[in-house]
Amino acid sequence: MSHVEWQGQAKFTIDGKEVVGYKGETILEVARREGINIPTLCYHEALEPYAVCRLCLVEVTVGKRTRLVTSCIYEVAPGIEVKTSTERVTRNRKAVLELLLARAPDAPVIRKLAAEYGIEKSRYPLIKNDNCILCGLCVRACREIVGADAIGFIDRGTERRVGPPIERQSERCIGCGTCVYICPTAAISLKDVSKSMPGVHKHPYDYEAPECSICGEMNLESESKAGER
Amino acid sequence: MGQPKGLVSENAYTILNEVEEKRVSLIAALQKIQARYRYLPETAMRQVAARLRVPVSQVYHVATFYSAFSLKPKGRHIVNVCLGTACHVKGAGLILDRFKRELKVDEGDTTEDGQFTLQAVRCIGCCSIAPAVMIDTETHGYVRQDKVADIIKRYRESKEK
Repeated sequence: MSHVEWQGQAKFTIDGKEVVGYKGETILEVARREGINIPTLCYHEALEPYAVCRLCLVEVTVGKRTRLVTSCIYEVAPGIEVKTSTERVTRNRKAVLELLLARAPDAPVIRKLAAEYGIEKSRYPLIKNDNCILCGLCVRACREIVGADAIGFIDRGTERRVGPPIERQSERCIGCGTCVYICPTAAISLKDVSKSMPGVHKHPYDYEAPECSICGEMNLESESKAGER
Repeated sequence: MGQPKGLVSENAYTILNEVEEKRVSLIAALQKIQARYRYLPETAMRQVAARLRVPVSQVYHVATFYSAFSLKPKGRHIVNVCLGTACHVKGAGLILDRFKRELKVDEGDTTEDGQFTLQAVRCIGCCSIAPAVMIDTETHGYVRQDKVADIIKRYRESKEK
């Protein structure tokens, strides 16, 4: 990319519309401010962008060169031309969605997005039905917002997954549920979190376990019961 | 900074004296521990985390990402049988089978006596001497099935000295 030094404001276009961005802003940030829709799964405005879901692909023309970039990390510059829904963009987004659908065919957010792009069924085989799409929102939220760093990525390639270190409950998990809340595909449940937290769900008592009034999802259990598992 | 609880070995801590106490030293520290113990013990990973002020989750992320690190003890000698294109054509599959039989282990496993870990790799850049086998830092070329036992014997003996 031909880099020209600039300061302050950058005038450029998104889908032909003249917009203004500021130094350090990304295409996605400007687009959202302007009400231009770009789909994302791994982006959250409170977190550092990560550019792994590849859904925010847009076409950017700088000078004579046009290429696909991830708009969540591409910083704006004066005079660039951004197109968010060309044939090439749509084709690539469809390919990404098909792959996501092949991994998480039951996740409503994926199905909805896929349907919007006219995909009902992925042509790829379902190898492992896993709602987790490795967007890293939970890992990043745990690090950047909670500051606990209780979970991280484990392994590589097709084995890559999210979990606590050493595959055991993390002593740093405070059971805040941020990861549950932020997960776009509900791949982490409150149950997963409460397993690792030393909170109310493991409080010792002898009487019959009542339903948890906060999560409603599980019963308060005695330590002796928890130990049996 | 004091030593973290649950320390088993003093050694991992001594090894850590050799690296700078910075985040960027993470891989260097793990490499040193891998070289010393031939795997990354859990306590060592926790010590690294504490010393370099890196979360354990991140240490585990790095430790499981790179194939240079192992969470299970590796053998004293690492046998890398090349299965790259040239070696494959020259019958590397049969060589690997022979190593499996001689060492009585499967690919990726370590012999019971902890002497050898057998691995298959894709091209070690020695296509001209295919089929090639790399043991530790030594490369053996033109390996034939009937030479496999001799090669293994050499490494067994070298340890007894």
